[in-house]
Amino acid sequence: MNPAVVGTRPGVSRPGLLFAALGLAGLAQPFVQFRANRIVAGEGLSLPDALGPWGWAVAAALTGALAMAIPVRRPAPAGLVLALAGLLGVILFAGAAAGALVPEGDRIARVSLGAGFWLLLAAFALALADALSRLALRPAWRWALLAGAVVAGALILGTGLMDDLSVMREYAARRDTFWREAQRHLMLAFGSLGAALAVGLPLGILVHEAPRLRGAVLGVLNVVQTIPSLALFGIMIPLFGWIAASVPGAAAAGIAGIGAFPALVALFLYSLLPVVSNLLAGLAGVPPGVREAAAGLGMTRAQTLAQVMIPLTLPVLLAAVRIVLVQNIGLAVIAGLIGGGGFGSFVFQGLNQTAMDLVLLGALPTIALALVSGIALDLALEGIDPRKVRA
Amino acid sequence: MTGRLALGLAAILLLAFLLSPESFAPLLRPLTRNGAPPVYTQTSLLSLTFSHLGMVAGAVLAASVLAVGFGVLVTRPFGRDFLPLARTVASVGQTFPPVAVLALAVPVMGFGTGPTLLALFLYGLLPIFENTLAGLTNLPPQVIEAARGMGMTPAQRLWRVELPLALPVILSGVRLSAVIALSTATIGSTVAARTLGEVIIAGLLSSNTAFVVQGGIVVGILALLIHAGFRWIEGRAAGWTRARS
Amino acid sequence: MIEIEHLTKRYGALAAVDDVSLTVERGQIAALVGTSGSGKTTLLRMINRLVEPTSGRVRIDGTDTAALPPHLLRRRIGYAIQGHGLFPHRTVAQNIATVPRLLGWDRARIAARVDELLELFQLPPAEFRDRMPHQLSGGQQQRVGVARALAARPDLLLMDEPFGALDPVIRAQAQTDLRRIQRELGTTLVIVTHDMAEAITLGDRIAVMEQGRLLQYAPPREILTAPATPFVARLIGRDERPFHLLSLTCVADLIQPGEAEGPPLAPGASLRDALSLCLWTGRAALPVEGGGVVTLEALRRAAEGRSP
Repeated sequence: MNPAVVGTRPGVSRPGLLFAALGLAGLAQPFVQFRANRIVAGEGLSLPDALGPWGWAVAAALTGALAMAIPVRRPAPAGLVLALAGLLGVILFAGAAAGALVPEGDRIARVSLGAGFWLLLAAFALALADALSRLALRPAWRWALLAGAVVAGALILGTGLMDDLSVMREYAARRDTFWREAQRHLMLAFGSLGAALAVGLPLGILVHEAPRLRGAVLGVLNVVQTIPSLALFGIMIPLFGWIAASVPGAAAAGIAGIGAFPALVALFLYSLLPVVSNLLAGLAGVPPGVREAAAGLGMTRAQTLAQVMIPLTLPVLLAAVRIVLVQNIGLAVIAGLIGGGGFGSFVFQGLNQTAMDLVLLGALPTIALALVSGIALDLALEGIDPRKVRA
Repeated sequence: MTGRLALGLAAILLLAFLLSPESFAPLLRPLTRNGAPPVYTQTSLLSLTFSHLGMVAGAVLAASVLAVGFGVLVTRPFGRDFLPLARTVASVGQTFPPVAVLALAVPVMGFGTGPTLLALFLYGLLPIFENTLAGLTNLPPQVIEAARGMGMTPAQRLWRVELPLALPVILSGVRLSAVIALSTATIGSTVAARTLGEVIIAGLLSSNTAFVVQGGIVVGILALLIHAGFRWIEGRAAGWTRARS
Repeated sequence: MIEIEHLTKRYGALAAVDDVSLTVERGQIAALVGTSGSGKTTLLRMINRLVEPTSGRVRIDGTDTAALPPHLLRRRIGYAIQGHGLFPHRTVAQNIATVPRLLGWDRARIAARVDELLELFQLPPAEFRDRMPHQLSGGQQQRVGVARALAARPDLLLMDEPFGALDPVIRAQAQTDLRRIQRELGTTLVIVTHDMAEAITLGDRIAVMEQGRLLQYAPPREILTAPATPFVARLIGRDERPFHLLSLTCVADLIQPGEAEGPPLAPGASLRDALSLCLWTGRAALPVEGGGVVTLEALRRAAEGRSP
C-alpha cells in the first residue's frame, strides 16, 4: 500500500507533480553556460543546443522519467531506480554536453553548469529522497547505496567523463594543490574532532562527578559556541601569534599564529560543547535503577563508569560525533580565509577572482564530504541500539 | 544571576563602543603596530551593525514565515504526502555548510547584499522547519483528542492548541537560525555585503589585530545578546503554554 | 545473622532512620514495612552501605560492616531492587555474571553458575542465556534480577520492593518462588515492602517503621493479634485482619475428624482459601485430602485470633 494514496486525487502523487514541475522548469532553462574563455560573459545553452538531435532525445527521456514520477500506482522501488537513473543521466549528460561544445584541443573555452542542470539535479535528488524515505530500506541496503554513490562518483570523475566541464578544468590546473588542501581540510575536521573527544570526554566525566562545575563549564562552552566563526577564527590568529612570540617553547611546540593551527583550535573549541553536553545528557539518561544496581552489586565508581555508564552513553556520544564532524567540515571552509588552508582557500580565491568555477571546486567537495559523513553517521547511529551494545 | 549581570554589562559596553568608538582607541592601540589606526573608520561601526542586524532580521523573519507555513502545510491532511520528503530534506539539508551555501548563492545573485540575504534565508529555513515539524508532530495525543472531542474545527485546533503548544520548540528553531545567520552574515562581507565581517577582514588583510578584535567582540556580544534574548522569550512562551494548557 | 545496633541516619535536622536496633537470624526473612518516607529503604541501604550511617553499627555474622571497603562488602551481599535494574546493554548471562566477574571467578565456573541459577528460576538456559533484558517479560526480568543478586552465593540478600512493578498474578507466583528458593538456599533475607499482605506472606518477622522509628518487630501473628501502636493496627487494616490471620495457617493444622460433601481441599491450602470456598458454596464443612474436614465454625474461631 502506497502511503501517497491517502488524501490524494486518484492516480496522482503530489510530490511526483512537484518533482516533474521542478524538472520541466529545469529543461526550459539553459542546461550549460558556454564561454569562449574564462573572462567573457557566458551564453546559456539548452540540452538540444548543446547536443543537437541527441539533445532532443535526452530531453525527451528526462521528461519521460519525470512524468513517470507522477502516477501513484508505480511501485516504490521503481521510483528509486527512476530517481537514481535521472541523477546519473543529468550528471553524465552535463559531461557529454561539455565534451560536445569544447572543440578538440581547446584549452580556453569554458563550459559551466547552468540553472537547468541544477534544477534537474534538484528534482531528481528530491525524488530520490522521497523514494528512500517511503521505502524505509534496511540499513544494510542504505549502506550499500551510500557506498555505491561514492564509488560511482569516483568512477565518473576518474574516467574523465566530466573533464571538459570548467570545474574539472580548474581541478586539472591545480591537481596537486587540490589534494593537499583536501588533506588539510580532513586534518582540520577530524583533528579538531579527535582533540575535542580527547578533552571533552574527561571534562564531561569530571562535570558529571562534580555537578557544581556544571553551570560554569556549560556556560563557557555555550558562549564559545555562540561566537560567530569568523570572529573566533580571527581572534585566534593574534592570540596564538602572541603566545608563540612570548611564551618560551610555544613556537617549538607547534603553536603559531599563522597556518592551520589557529583554525584547528577554533574548530576544537566549537566542538567541545556538543561533546560535553551530549556526554552529560547520556550519563544523566542512564536509568537510576541501573546505577543503583551497579553500586549495590559492589562495582567501584570507576567500574560503574567504565562498564555501565559509558557503554550506555555510546549512542549519544556518536550523535555528538555526527554533529561535530558535519559542523567542522563546514566551518573548516573559513580556515581558507585566514590562511589555514583546506577547500576554503579555493572558495575565497574564487570569490576574489570572481571565478565561480574555482568557488565550486572548493564548495562541491566540502558539501559532498559533509553529506557523506552526515549520512554515514546517521546510519551508524541507527545501527547501534543502546540495548544491543555488548560490553 | 551573574550571567545576566555580565550580559547587561556587555550590552552597555557594546552600546558605548558603537556610539563613540574613538573613546576606546587607547584601549585598542596596544594591539596595533607601526602606527596603524586602532579603530575602524572606513565605515561607521554603527551603520555596519544596523546593516548586519537588518540583514539577519530580514532573512530570519522571511525564513520563519515560510518555514512555519511549510511546517503547518505538511502536517495537515492534504500535505501529508510531503511529510516523509520534508523530514529528509530538513535533516539532510542541514549538513550543507552555510559558507558553501553562501558561495553558491553568488553565481545566482552576483556580489553584494543579495547572495548573503539569499544564503541566510535558505539556511535559516531548515532549523525552523525541522523544529516546526518536531513541535507539531510530537504534541501529546490526548490534548489533540480532547480538542477534537470539544468540537474544535481543524483551524481552531491549529491556532488555539497546536501552534501555541509547539511555540517553544519553533522559537528554539528561530534562535538557532538567528545565531547561524549572524555568523554567516559576518562571512557575507567576503562577497561584498555590508556587515561587521568587513572590520574583521580588513584587520586580517592589513594584519591589524585591533580591527579583528573589535569586529569579533562586537559580533560576539551581539550573538550572545540574541541568544539570551531568544532563550528568555522561549522560557516565557513555555510558561504561557503551560499556564494555558 | 545480622545485628543492627542503634542505627541512625540524619539528613540535617531530619532523622531518616532514628536509633533502630534489630536482629535477623540466619536463614530467616525479615520484612521491613511502612509508608513511603518511613525510613525502611534507608535502613536497608545502610546494611550494604549504599547509605553511610550517621551513628550506630551493623554486624554481619559478627563482623562490623564498617571494617570493609563498601564495594567489597557489597559483593558479599545480594541486592535486588524494584524495576530490577538490569544492565540494558548486557545479555541475561552477562547480567547474572556481574558479581562473579567482579570477584574474578574463572569462565567455566561462571558459566556453570549462570546455568544453575537460570534452572533454579525456571528460565531454560539455552533459551534465555543470550537474550537482552528488553526481550524478556516483566516477570522474567524480575527473576533475572534476583538471580543476579544470588549469583555469588551470598549468605545475605537485600531486596527493595522487588515485586513492586509486577501485576498481582505474577506477583503471587514470584513470592511463592522466592520463599521456595530462600528455604532451599538457606539465605538470610531482608525485604522492604509497603504491602502488609506481602510482608505477612513472606516474613518470619515483620519490622514496622514510621518516621524513622521502629514501632514493632515481631512475628506476623503477633503483629496481627497484638499491634504495638494504633499506627501498626491501621497499617494492617481493621477489615483485613481476620483474613491476614487465616492466611498464616494451613488447612492441615485445623483438621477435625468427620466427613463432608464435595471435592476435597489440599492440606497445604490456607485457611483463607477454605473460608472463601465455604462462603461461596454455602457449606458448613469441607473435606480435606487424606481424610477429615475443616468446619466453618473452626475457621471462625481461627479468624478471631485464637490458636487453632
